[in-house]
Amino acid sequence: MILDPKIPSGPLAEKWNKHKFDMKLVNPANKRKYKAIVVGSGLAGGAAAASLAELGYQVSCFCYQDSPRRAHSIAAQGGINASKNYQNDGDSVYRLFYDTIKGGDFRSREANTYRLAEVSANIIDQCVAQGVPFARDYGGLLDNRSFGGAQVSRTFYARGQTGQQLLLGAYSALSRQIGLGNVIMHTRMEMLDLVVVDGRARGIVVRNMVTGEVSSHAADAVILATGGYGNVFYLSTNATGCNVTATYRAHKKGAFFANPCYTQIHPTCIPVAGDYQSKLTLMSESLRNDGRIWVPKKQGDERPADQIPEDERDYYLERKYPSFGNLAPRDISSRSAKEACDDGRGVGETKVGVYLDFKDAIKRLGKDTIAERYGNLFDMYNRITGEDPYTVPMRIYPASHYTMGGLWVDYNLESTVPGLFVLGEANFSDHGANRLGASALMQGLADGYFVIPYTLGNFYARSGVSDVTTEHPEFKKVEADVAERTNKFLSIGGKRTPDSFHKELGKVMWENCGMGRNEAGLKKAIELIPKIREEFWSNLKVLGKGEELNQSLESAGRVADFLEFAEMMCHDALDRDESCGAHFREEHQSDEGEAVRNDKDYLYVAAWEYAGVGKKPNLHKEPLVFENVELATRSYK
Amino acid sequence: MNITLFVWRQKNADDRGKMEKYLAKDISSHMSFLEMLDVVNEDLVQNDVEPIAFDHDCREGICGMCSLVVNGTPHGPERGTTICQLHMRHFKDGDNIYIEPWRARAFPVLRDLVVDRTAFDRIMAAGGFVSINTGGTPDANALPIPKTDADTAMDAAACIGCGACVAACKNASAMLFVAAKVSQFASLPQGQAERKERVTNMLAQMQLEGFGNCSNYYECEAACPKDISVKFIAKMNREYLRASCLKE
Ligand SMILES: Cc1cc2nc3c(=O)[nH]c(=O)nc-3n(C[C@H](O)[C@H](O)[C@H](O)COP(=O)(O)OP(=O)(O)OC[C@H]3O[C@@H](n4cnc5c(N)ncnc54)[C@H](O)[C@@H]3O)c2cc1C
Ligand code: SF4
Ligand code: FES
Repeated sequence: MILDPKIPSGPLAEKWNKHKFDMKLVNPANKRKYKAIVVGSGLAGGAAAASLAELGYQVSCFCYQDSPRRAHSIAAQGGINASKNYQNDGDSVYRLFYDTIKGGDFRSREANTYRLAEVSANIIDQCVAQGVPFARDYGGLLDNRSFGGAQVSRTFYARGQTGQQLLLGAYSALSRQIGLGNVIMHTRMEMLDLVVVDGRARGIVVRNMVTGEVSSHAADAVILATGGYGNVFYLSTNATGCNVTATYRAHKKGAFFANPCYTQIHPTCIPVAGDYQSKLTLMSESLRNDGRIWVPKKQGDERPADQIPEDERDYYLERKYPSFGNLAPRDISSRSAKEACDDGRGVGETKVGVYLDFKDAIKRLGKDTIAERYGNLFDMYNRITGEDPYTVPMRIYPASHYTMGGLWVDYNLESTVPGLFVLGEANFSDHGANRLGASALMQGLADGYFVIPYTLGNFYARSGVSDVTTEHPEFKKVEADVAERTNKFLSIGGKRTPDSFHKELGKVMWENCGMGRNEAGLKKAIELIPKIREEFWSNLKVLGKGEELNQSLESAGRVADFLEFAEMMCHDALDRDESCGAHFREEHQSDEGEAVRNDKDYLYVAAWEYAGVGKKPNLHKEPLVFENVELATRSYK
Repeated sequence: MNITLFVWRQKNADDRGKMEKYLAKDISSHMSFLEMLDVVNEDLVQNDVEPIAFDHDCREGICGMCSLVVNGTPHGPERGTTICQLHMRHFKDGDNIYIEPWRARAFPVLRDLVVDRTAFDRIMAAGGFVSINTGGTPDANALPIPKTDADTAMDAAACIGCGACVAACKNASAMLFVAAKVSQFASLPQGQAERKERVTNMLAQMQLEGFGNCSNYYECEAACPKDISVKFIAKMNREYLRASCLKE
């Protein structure tokens, strides 16, 4: 199969406009005839469901939480990028595009990334019109801050709760459409499978998480906006419910999975405290604007921070990357923290952490200014650790945070299964091997508000109404498969809980397919994962019934999918025998420990086709063509 | 430390439910409250007792999913803190802890500590928005908004929709939740066009859902994990009065 990204011809800056003109339109009178299923109500799904309903399509939207407002987009703290150039500091669509391509270490598609930069400005307009209370300066205009990996101030924010406010904006638009009867919202419903008939996505099978009822839903197109798979590491900054189930099930039904090994480790999270830990909390990257990162110069230094004199501190990011300093991109900052700790210079009880110090910023700007900028983050830190960051430096350590990989999609955000579209973090499209801060919110909303409303119409106009209803035998078959799987979980009758398997898997992944990867480790993981999986299917313990609210059962289903998915992730990491962005193969580094890319052999998107449980998936390559930017060695010195 | 828990167990919406006693052993003071429950659940399963069902997702105080009444207080003893962010260092060895679900007519219990809060979504669908479609909006900086107004709007918009205010209120009123949304839009120019309809429709839906009225006990503010101020209730009342006066 040839992977056709369907990139429009013509100059970069005109592609999207030209494409919008070339795409077919659905006659307004016919729009009511088309149904769309949107799985996910985060920024991508919420924005898509609302916008499609406004256009007149019939939309059903699904989420696993009790309200669409609780999707994990709510947790984003720092901000959202847009090339508004309100600060007059030299920003432009092209600069945002270039920064994103460079930040992604030249492993993303030019055309998609350019479109993202192009529509970014509309997003801010849209959100302001919805009443999103972005931060403003005293003249009443919008305020900006700068974020990791950028030298211009283009990040819009709403205190430390940007994701919350953007999501509540999308949720308000969605609520309006629900009230108008244009969207049917299904909460506490988990998608457990995709239904494909005659090579086209026809609908989904879901489980009602309150009653346990399994039901089918048919539509003319299915849109997955189900977020990332960071919980493959068990511990991550994701919500505990975040999962790979929707995308992995679609993968098993024919959708190729692209670049699963591109996972981002965020440099500023609160370190792990004990083995009961259930999740890790991010401390927004914006803190790096004013905080300085350091460790003691001496190994095994036991003195408290305030007793270590200036000249015995190593501000290692400032030292190694003088022009970006503490704002060096995430992968670089994360690895530097790991190096410092591996070198025996970590801080805190566990020695797996580095300092993020605000002493100088408080001296320079005053406590009030710092409190205004980061007050809620400081409070959160204090609540979790019991330490006051105004007087004692924070301790931070990297954690799994975002997944650049996802289902493969073309320029129209359509997967390899016709009629199946994938938006937001669930797709692979815009961030290459590493995502810049404040760009995920931008991408989710770009996909949902400004891309899918156009490209879905084109699909409908070309493919017509689907004639498959939920009475089709394939729906019945998938329902039966789902029911059988549920029964299996309940009947194994072993000794271990789903969580214990998830923890075990997470450890294997973090150690072997985490911040640093090498051939031996990856091969070991590929050996270990099937063993965990085997034990899972023979020694799992899930109490209760299928026909009731059963959280262990939900968790069993998610862990089962992670146990298969993880293996594919390791295969991808092993196959990509180069370092790029967040994918750091220890075999490929410079003398200074920087990632060394291999553009000759790996300038492609790795799209994996399902081949069976425990079998190595089939690799398909989409070559990456750079017509506008020159492949440079990423340098943040 | 070791702690004795008394937990509300209820099989489903029709079950009557009752308190059960469990032991939480070897709890570290660094654990979060929900991690303590995870440990207890792991233990229960090993003893063939179905684990305690409770809502949670982000575990960082922002999604609004967690919803436990701890020792009679929604979200527990720490002010301005969701239960997922409460850490066990606030308890001590030998403590008894009582854990119950939100109790309100409009929030029926689904199982154990899990309640149905979809009434909140229906209130939002009745008016918690600005009626604009995607696209065609003016440049974001075309409309300067005084910083103080934007800040007030943000103070109100910080609500996470958890429902603790309802659980804390003797009348199970949802006034603080509704007031937060109404005030956010009332503070901003974007919200002006639908000012009247918004407050009228959201309050009407609130009544329809079976939430009680506000009789100024202000328990809601004390329980709110986001410190949403009761001054927004006063603001909403003014909005409502204004809307009523403007009616024909
Ligand atoms: C702590 C944190 C901070 C962040 N900060 C920033 C930031 O400052 N700036 C930035 O740009 N990005 C940030 N990010 C990244 C960004 O928030 C996410 O990438 C983005 O919000 C993802 O949006 P989404 O719509 O794709 O998915 P989500 O918001 O995760 O939504 C997923 C949706 O899918 C539903 N779902 C999932 N699986 C199923 C299923 N099987 N069945 C039914 N429904 C399902 C869920 O219910 C949910 O509604 C942050 C991420 C985290 C974790
Ligand atoms: S007002 Fe406070 S207590 Fe009530 S729903 Fe909002 S955040 Fe929760
Ligand atoms: S679990 Fe999200 S607020 Fe508590």
